[in-house]
Amino acid sequence: MSAPVVVTGMGVVAPTGLGAAEHWAATRAGTTRIRQVQRFDPEGYPSRLAGEVSSFVAEEHIPSRLIPQTDHMTRMALTAADWALDDAGVSPEEWPEFDIGVVTASSSGGFEFGQGELRNLWRRGGAFVSAYQSFAWFYAVNTGQISIRHGLRGPSGVLVADQAGGLDAIAQARRLVRRGCRISIAGGVDGSICPWGWVAQLAGGRMSTVADPAQAYRPFAADASGHVPGEGGALLVVEDAESARRRQVPVYGEIAGYAATFDSPAHSGHEPGLRRAIEQALENAGEAPHAVDVVFADAAAVPDLDRAEANAIRKVFGARGVPVTAPKTMTGRLLSGAGSLDVATALLAIRDQVVPPTVNTVPRPEHQLDLILGASREMPVSTALVLARGYGGFNSAMVVRRAGWAGPPEESERSER
Amino acid sequence: MSEQEATIDGLKQILREVAGQADGVDLEGDILDRTFEELGYDSLALLETGSRLERAVGVKLDDSTLNEVQTPRELLAAVNENRPVRFDAA
Repeated sequence: MSAPVVVTGMGVVAPTGLGAAEHWAATRAGTTRIRQVQRFDPEGYPSRLAGEVSSFVAEEHIPSRLIPQTDHMTRMALTAADWALDDAGVSPEEWPEFDIGVVTASSSGGFEFGQGELRNLWRRGGAFVSAYQSFAWFYAVNTGQISIRHGLRGPSGVLVADQAGGLDAIAQARRLVRRGCRISIAGGVDGSICPWGWVAQLAGGRMSTVADPAQAYRPFAADASGHVPGEGGALLVVEDAESARRRQVPVYGEIAGYAATFDSPAHSGHEPGLRRAIEQALENAGEAPHAVDVVFADAAAVPDLDRAEANAIRKVFGARGVPVTAPKTMTGRLLSGAGSLDVATALLAIRDQVVPPTVNTVPRPEHQLDLILGASREMPVSTALVLARGYGGFNSAMVVRRAGWAGPPEESERSER
Repeated sequence: MSEQEATIDGLKQILREVAGQADGVDLEGDILDRTFEELGYDSLALLETGSRLERAVGVKLDDSTLNEVQTPRELLAAVNENRPVRFDAA
């Protein structure tokens, strides 16, 4: 049995708020942030809605040095990393440089930055392309920039698995911590709400073209019509439980189990891989299905994918056998930011014993889901299952639960972030 | 912008635009003989700065020059000794 790996800090930059406290307050209240795209003019595109991080002003959060060389999503990631480290009480300059690593997930990279440089290339010539294009668009850039900013030389990496990547990154961080790295900053902060990113996502055929923000993203509904994209995510400080106890810092919870599977080709007739991912994640956590208090759904809002997810949940937990929620109905789907934001939200649900709602949808009765609708549900929560699927057949499942040692008793109140 | 002499003020402006300002560094002061490293600019920032200077002044530096210059004085000298050269899209 491996030693527990826990979460001791979180940094959230999401449509629902800057910082975990703002995000959690808005999420508990069921506040939707889906609206007309502001970052570019969406007229002329079939989809015009998004969950944007509208209150983020980069200059207020990161040094001027980093502005010319970073895409919007990297600026948000750097900010989330700062907040996660603060929250965990970790000042990297006081730590041995090889003790802390970074693992982030990305779906595509810094598309808005890349689009600007492609425009320069076409309109003005190669001499006008920024030298920073060499890395600013690159999918590995968030890990690199966070590592450089804080001087982190521990084992690091990047995972690319579309929406599933946020969970995969946290799982990789857990592996690295088990192999001896004391702390890993892990998760995803993502987004490409710019014309280039928009047409790339439209080509996938899963974006909703419904104009009304209250009707556009309806997972599990009879009239599910695809999703609304969003931006942002969360980074977590993932730490060896013994290290957290030695430091006497509060613990949000344990990364207890994880598994990833890959779907067979659609024409193969094989069952999609999500059920196996759930079962293997539970086995990895050493938990039976009845121990799970709530499931955070992937919530694709594409009828076939909704059916596959509902079937997987029903096969493991029984009909209406477990409460299910999808707070991403408030933010849109955040690409690789989705999984880590759901893990952060699940840990806050465990802390406060309340599960945030799913908004703007009503599930088809055939799905037999106990979907938490409209308002938060106060209930005992010790263990949560988070699901995430990526385009192309990625399935990831992660089990988080209340930690055996949750921190020194006098520090039961978390900081405001 | 057409051909002109590269000045320290012009260089400071470009540095701010392309690479910002490191914490604790005052670009307003006399920086002519401080190294770019001391000023908080890495090789890529210098590459980007050189590229902007080339476009502003109308010169083309060879790659080794940008690797060799250590200070604003050396960079300005290299640029001003090289000018003028035609520049395709400036």
